[in-house]
Amino acid sequence: MSKPTIAVKSVIIRFAGDSGDGMQLTGDRFTMDTASLGNDISTLPNFPAEIRAPQGTLPGVSSFQLHFADHQVRTAGDAPDVLVVMNPAALKANIKDIPRGATIIVDKDEFTTRNLTKVGYASNPLEDGSLSSYKIHAVALTSMTVSALSELALSRKDAERAKNMFALGLLSWMYHRPTDATEAFLKAKFSKMPEILEANLVAYRTGWNYGETSEDFAISYEVAPAHMSPGKYRNISGNIALAYGLIAAAQATGLKLFLGSYPITPASDILHELSKHKKFGVITFQAEDEIAAVGSALGASYGGALGVTTTSGPGIALKSEMIGLGVMLELPLIIIDVQRGGPSTGLPTKTEQADLLQVMFGRNGESPAAVIAASTPSDCFTMALEAVRIATTYRVPVFLLSDGYIANGSQPWKIPDVGTLPDLHVKFAHTQEGFLPYLREPETLARPWAIPGTKGIEHRIGGIEKQDKTGEINYEPANHDFMVRTRAAKIAGIEVPNLEVDDLYGDAKVLFLGWGSTYGPIASAVEELRNNGEKIAQAHLKYINPFPKNLGEVLEKYETVITPEMNLGQLAMLLRSKYLKDIVSYNMVRGLPFTTAELVEAAMGVLHDD
Amino acid sequence: MTDVTLTKKDFTSDQEVRWCPGCGDYSVLSTMQAFLPELGIPRENIVFISGIGCSSRFPYYLNTFGMHSIHGRAPAIASGLAITRPDLTVFVITGDGDALSIGGNHLIHALRRNVELKILLFNNRIYGLTKGQYSPASEQGKITKSTPYGSLDTPFNPISLAIGAEATFVARTIDSDRKHLSETLRQASAHKGSAFIEIYQNCPIFNDGAFDQVKDNETKEGSLLQLIHGQAIKSSTYGVVRDGARLKLVELANVDESELVIHDASDPDPSYAFALSRLSGSALEHTPIGIFRSVVRPGYSAMVNDQLSEIIASQGAGDLEKLLNSGDTWVVD
Repeated sequence: MSKPTIAVKSVIIRFAGDSGDGMQLTGDRFTMDTASLGNDISTLPNFPAEIRAPQGTLPGVSSFQLHFADHQVRTAGDAPDVLVVMNPAALKANIKDIPRGATIIVDKDEFTTRNLTKVGYASNPLEDGSLSSYKIHAVALTSMTVSALSELALSRKDAERAKNMFALGLLSWMYHRPTDATEAFLKAKFSKMPEILEANLVAYRTGWNYGETSEDFAISYEVAPAHMSPGKYRNISGNIALAYGLIAAAQATGLKLFLGSYPITPASDILHELSKHKKFGVITFQAEDEIAAVGSALGASYGGALGVTTTSGPGIALKSEMIGLGVMLELPLIIIDVQRGGPSTGLPTKTEQADLLQVMFGRNGESPAAVIAASTPSDCFTMALEAVRIATTYRVPVFLLSDGYIANGSQPWKIPDVGTLPDLHVKFAHTQEGFLPYLREPETLARPWAIPGTKGIEHRIGGIEKQDKTGEINYEPANHDFMVRTRAAKIAGIEVPNLEVDDLYGDAKVLFLGWGSTYGPIASAVEELRNNGEKIAQAHLKYINPFPKNLGEVLEKYETVITPEMNLGQLAMLLRSKYLKDIVSYNMVRGLPFTTAELVEAAMGVLHDD
Repeated sequence: MTDVTLTKKDFTSDQEVRWCPGCGDYSVLSTMQAFLPELGIPRENIVFISGIGCSSRFPYYLNTFGMHSIHGRAPAIASGLAITRPDLTVFVITGDGDALSIGGNHLIHALRRNVELKILLFNNRIYGLTKGQYSPASEQGKITKSTPYGSLDTPFNPISLAIGAEATFVARTIDSDRKHLSETLRQASAHKGSAFIEIYQNCPIFNDGAFDQVKDNETKEGSLLQLIHGQAIKSSTYGVVRDGARLKLVELANVDESELVIHDASDPDPSYAFALSRLSGSALEHTPIGIFRSVVRPGYSAMVNDQLSEIIASQGAGDLEKLLNSGDTWVVD
């Protein structure tokens, strides 16, 4: 006898527990099972910088939120419909985000006096009525898991560790998620540890059966597949998409991919991913520091490889001088900055967009470099190819900005056909008489990519100002002025696509203009505003240096431009200074993405300020 | 191998050399230009990468590929080049400030990895290009522009540092001794892996005579302890004997030559080479000269590229389409 099922359009679930409770894995698995059902999804992992903060404390809480729906979703959602908490700390840290009426599933075994006291609960919230406006399911998650595993030869500790799979099983039942993919995943993951595999499988199935049989769970829910364009899909995070994009770009250019990198959160996963793919001829070099990471990448580029370095804000600060050398040497160089909260060490695991001015201007002298930004996890793939196109065509350093939100967040990605990838093959300088290392191509102003090993074009380059064409050391005033302007003109002349504006009926007076990972929240806010009858346009900048050629026109067209940024107005500053257009700068710097509701409210303030 | 025999002239660029008159860099440059043809390597396959400082202008004067980079970072840039281009011969030109101060980290890590670089450290024990401040190799108490009351820093011994950093080839030579310098370059070039050469180099402007003890005819024979593989270690007046696990100096007059240590640069134990490096005080009165250490360990670039080849041989070359379609996928009709 099966229980009643209710169809819902979208659901937001947040899993929260101690950082040792396996919440990221639980969230990941639920995401994969959900993606395979054809729902659209967006995810937001949120974890502490400490690997294992003291158990059961507020700083140790780790969470994973996902939003899935029968329609397109743009963000991981503002307010969870379901919160799964593994201990009192997770409840305390998350309850403020949970709207009244939401469902909260609690591991009641962890609500002991000791654990409650640890996080400052004077009484047990499961008993004192403070949660009466929520639908509470207090489940004996730990003890049921342990008793289900009593037949297995496991320590109590190992048995308890499987409780996240119990929770996953329960949620999978609630939302009709298929179980075979997760079972296959567990079998692969624990193939060498049969007891642990058995424990996880049993806990997972027990959780599912508990939902099916317990009277506490009367109803399950269904979310129909979203309408998505036909094709083959997979779920992808920004960091993996960047790694794949770089491998694809290496193939498209015919160059050897060299990654020089120093581990730093939240960029390290790109290093990890590329390190797995050596059969593509990828060389990954874990350098002694951030400077050597970019230096080795520049050395590789000088030799004719595709030199890439990956880092976050503090790493960019260290690399600045070397990037300046890249500007002077006019060699291709890809610098990926997965931004995190700053300044200094800041908030290593949280997101922010406050490195924009650093990458634009954070070098000595007039030191222009190209700057582009990915807007969603899957867009990271496209923008990696774009970064390589610009770097190799113009022989310049290119910054590709991502951030913690899109690096770790994921979404379904329609897998591109390899045959449709651009041809980016490069030409090196060839043997010739009277070779001039700084003689430029008229269209691009790029100098030749003249690599060692090419007979007859031996030459010397360096960081000292050089003479036009010959590249010899030159300190003359007029030459320096010319070279400074030429380097700037080269960046300014980079071909980038025009900015596309989404203005449904062409009658909006207000434009939401964003860049980077704010794309999802802005698009979601625009959708909601339009559903409420508001007229609003949206555009998203992926090319920041240079800006698209039509940007001035676009700004001119709208009475008001609102620019939400997770900084104190860095893009707004660039726009104001270049276009003399005032910008309504909307800023929050909390280490978290904007919520849709905040952006709707901000827009409403502008739309109805008369 | 090239089909034409190159000469010193072929390696001399058209740039006017701009070091101060009397600078020790001139003789190192001239020796290098004369030595390079001997390698039999085409000019285009040779790259000189330098940092910042007087000696780092070196690449401009050689008609090979060259890069005058930024302060201290040459080993990092050269590592990226050497790893991706194992077909090239890469020299790093650096000084005591460039390599031991601002670039210390890159030097030690290039050496520990054994990247196939020939690193020439021009040690003049002073900052020349910035006009005369003390360097990390300057002797304690040094009076300079930035230390008018004498420097307090204990100096680095570059040889000890390189040995401590797991270097596989460590040598010392002198700018003015063309024959010794050429021979050292020859040995370094034959070494697979990092080769580190400290070159005592006179700065006539800011630290003139710093190495007179080992250069003047009256004192050099008695000060230089010749390190020649398979031969006893001695100067004209002193020899080196074992003292338990240590080495010590004894006057030749007081020792039977058969008791002297026979130099073994291939000794796998680095403590022997380290002990040799500690024999000289900063007054240079007993200075070992020659190859301290030359041991065989696989080069980094060779290992990186071998690993790639092995992976490709066992797994097959990467297939992009397969990669993009890996993991959980689903189809929307």
